[in-house]
Amino acid sequence: MKFSYFPGCTDHSSSLEYGLSTHEVFKALGVELVEIEDWNCCGAAATHSLNRLLSLCLPARNISKAQSAQAGPLAVPCAGCFSYLKRAENVLKNDEAGRKEIEEIVGFTYQPSLEILALVDVILNRIGLEKVQEKVKKPLNGLKVACYYGCALVRHPKITQLDDPENPQYLDRLMKSLGAEPVEWSYKVDCCGADLAMTYPKVVKKMVGKIVSMAKEAGAQCITTSCGLCQMNLEMRQDVGLPIFYFTELMGVALDVEKKENWWKRHLISPKGLLKSSGLL
Amino acid sequence: MTSAGKVDSSFLKEVEKRSGEKLSLCYQCLKCTAGCPTAPYMDFRPNNIVRMIQMGMRKEVMESSAIWFCVYCQTCGTRCPNEIHIGILMDTLREMAMEEGFHAKEKNIHLFHEAFIHSVGRGGRAHEVTMLMEYMLKSRDLMADSLFPGVILFLKGKFPLLPSLVHGKEEIKKIFERCTKEK
Repeated sequence: MKFSYFPGCTDHSSSLEYGLSTHEVFKALGVELVEIEDWNCCGAAATHSLNRLLSLCLPARNISKAQSAQAGPLAVPCAGCFSYLKRAENVLKNDEAGRKEIEEIVGFTYQPSLEILALVDVILNRIGLEKVQEKVKKPLNGLKVACYYGCALVRHPKITQLDDPENPQYLDRLMKSLGAEPVEWSYKVDCCGADLAMTYPKVVKKMVGKIVSMAKEAGAQCITTSCGLCQMNLEMRQDVGLPIFYFTELMGVALDVEKKENWWKRHLISPKGLLKSSGLL
Repeated sequence: MTSAGKVDSSFLKEVEKRSGEKLSLCYQCLKCTAGCPTAPYMDFRPNNIVRMIQMGMRKEVMESSAIWFCVYCQTCGTRCPNEIHIGILMDTLREMAMEEGFHAKEKNIHLFHEAFIHSVGRGGRAHEVTMLMEYMLKSRDLMADSLFPGVILFLKGKFPLLPSLVHGKEEIKKIFERCTKEK
């Protein structure tokens, strides 16, 4: 099985451990990820704020690269990149005048057959949880996890076409299959504040504070997410010391892949204490 | 706004056409504002903005902080019973406000978004260090709350000094030129 892969800018920077863990997990699952050639920033999360056309053309160039690669559906780890790519896809598919304008600016012909999938969707619906379960070496021992989806994976549901926008279950199902115990809580799709963190950190502190304290109140020992910006905000703007994992990191623990130490040292809140006390390290 | 008894609907028509959103359908159920995570920080709430557009209050809308505090979380658009995407509306209003030379009420949010776009324009990929430097220099915001964790992230190798660049720089340049010129 093979997918083309769009790492996104934060793969080299603020969500380094997301990319590293993704590659190890996919290696363990025996699924190939082919990085698309010379990809560019998809434009998330600020381009749409000032220039709609640019926010459609930047992801469209990546769509054109994925088409030429012919390496299968495009798998996208970052939720922000995923939503930008899906917004462009929506225009390319459903708005003829918009499609022509984008095609002309970017210089390509859109092929609607290219599928754009969030990484969690690839794991659940293409690889399948049975296959994941087969590879589990160290079940997560009932680790209590709050699955945090944020905005970009599930909204707008007509664009992302992924899971329920108010009570999504994808990450919960994945965590269960690894032996963890996802908690029921009400803040799984609340916004973390996104890039307001740079200009209004105090506002984001309040927003993140609510999310993290509600996760804790629901009994969670940690939070898991699939978005680089969410992960950074949740780690950086909380006071309670709750570890924030990318879902691929928890998969990596359960599949007992190599080089995990290289992920833990990137975290602002070290998850090692929790992993040790849960018998997972 | 026009004199009592008459409402100028040209602003409403213009915004509806440009955003593609049917704002006339709004019956003020307030679902958008109830679910909006940044509404407490806005001068006018999302439902107010829609009403103000219907009333032709161009200047007040364009100079509001509301259009800048929207983070495009799309909670409003997902829940609106009339399928109005307020996130798309807010994007449209911001673009229009800048084109028409209105003063951005939230100058720093505007400068940060510009710094992000400039960073992508330079090398084809976002680069945190140069983006934050541009933002700090232009806004004179010292980012005191973010400095310490930012330095830690830098030490953890998460804010590389050198940007990652695309080879097709000319292609990116062309896309930027075309998308800016056509506005």
